[in-house]
Amino acid sequence: MKANYGYKDGSGDYFITIDTDKCNGCRECVSACPYGVMGVGPDENDPFSDDEVAFVTEQERKKIKYTCGPCKPMKNRPPLPCVAACGPGAISHSW
Amino acid sequence: MAGGIKMPGEEKKQQKQEFWRWTESNWKNPDLDWNDAKIVTAGIDVGSVSSQAVIVTDGRIFAYSNMRTGSDSPESARNALNYALKGTGLPEDRIDYCIGTGYGRVNVPMADRSITEIACHARGAHFLYGPEVRTVLDVGGQDCKAIHCDGKGKVTDFLMNDKCAAGTGRGMEVFADLLSVPIIEVGDRSFDIEKEPEPVSSTCVVYAKTEATGLLRSGWKVNEVLAAYCSAMAERIYSLIERIGVEERFAITGGMAKNKGVIDRLMKIMNIEPMKTEWDTQIAGAAGAALFANTLVAKGKGRK
Repeated sequence: MKANYGYKDGSGDYFITIDTDKCNGCRECVSACPYGVMGVGPDENDPFSDDEVAFVTEQERKKIKYTCGPCKPMKNRPPLPCVAACGPGAISHSW
Repeated sequence: MAGGIKMPGEEKKQQKQEFWRWTESNWKNPDLDWNDAKIVTAGIDVGSVSSQAVIVTDGRIFAYSNMRTGSDSPESARNALNYALKGTGLPEDRIDYCIGTGYGRVNVPMADRSITEIACHARGAHFLYGPEVRTVLDVGGQDCKAIHCDGKGKVTDFLMNDKCAAGTGRGMEVFADLLSVPIIEVGDRSFDIEKEPEPVSSTCVVYAKTEATGLLRSGWKVNEVLAAYCSAMAERIYSLIERIGVEERFAITGGMAKNKGVIDRLMKIMNIEPMKTEWDTQIAGAAGAALFANTLVAKGKGRK
């Protein structure tokens, strides 16, 4: 499942996409993110699955434009810690 | 407004008409008798604007209700369930398992478990529209969801926008009130125009209201303003669906599915034919929850 967490508002689209088929629940992204955006737990959108997958935490879903801001400078942007930490390549950002 | 402050002498003058108000309803399947049922489950969807309860007996819809959500989630859930059970003779303690869903899902006191509205809407649309459905658009009271699902109703891709309520049901209710047009007439009246106007430039309810007032002052007819707003909402909804793309066949759930002013314009932009159903499109979430409960009980996982 491709889970898109985030929102669209007047200023643009801000979505973090997690491909739960690729995610192995290793929690590397949770420790890599300096701001606690990522979490790992049971897949709440697939009630019959017992696998743990990554998601964007409930409290951050509506403000990732700001929380993720420090990792996204205008110039010389380094690889995003969450994306770089993800071995299976399950995380992507829309902006 | 319901429960609003009454000005002195207001009752004597005219009853203020609530243009946003839609009809609450309940329904019982005349072909089913709960006495014959092996498994009885319930799904309760407490949304931001409306609440539904669906009772499922052996995987078929036995009864449902559709009501407005009050200020208190547990009470709204209780009212919806009572209204669905009303006149069916089914005692509440006969329900084997109950699942809560929707915005207020953690606040459904009689629920044995809660499941996200994303999963429930996919499951519900799969039931209401049939297994060919691949893309579900749910336009609720204060959010908008686009979901892809497979032939079993399992979610494969989803996107939800619940930060901004532009282009959602409540926005339309505010507009109906502003223009004094009963909400059920909005669709028809928005097509009763000579020429399709440009959409209003913002779907943000606050700015759109300001813009609409300006258009009315400059001589636009009410129907034209409605058309301009419906059209802006259709564009807004389309921009969300575009992000995950559309796989045929396409179904719409939620209250906005009943507003052809927005939906017909949206279908024109998307250039596809939506699926049709005899069911009330607002019950999709609760139906999905009740069907999940049915599956859980059948698998032996749902015993209390």
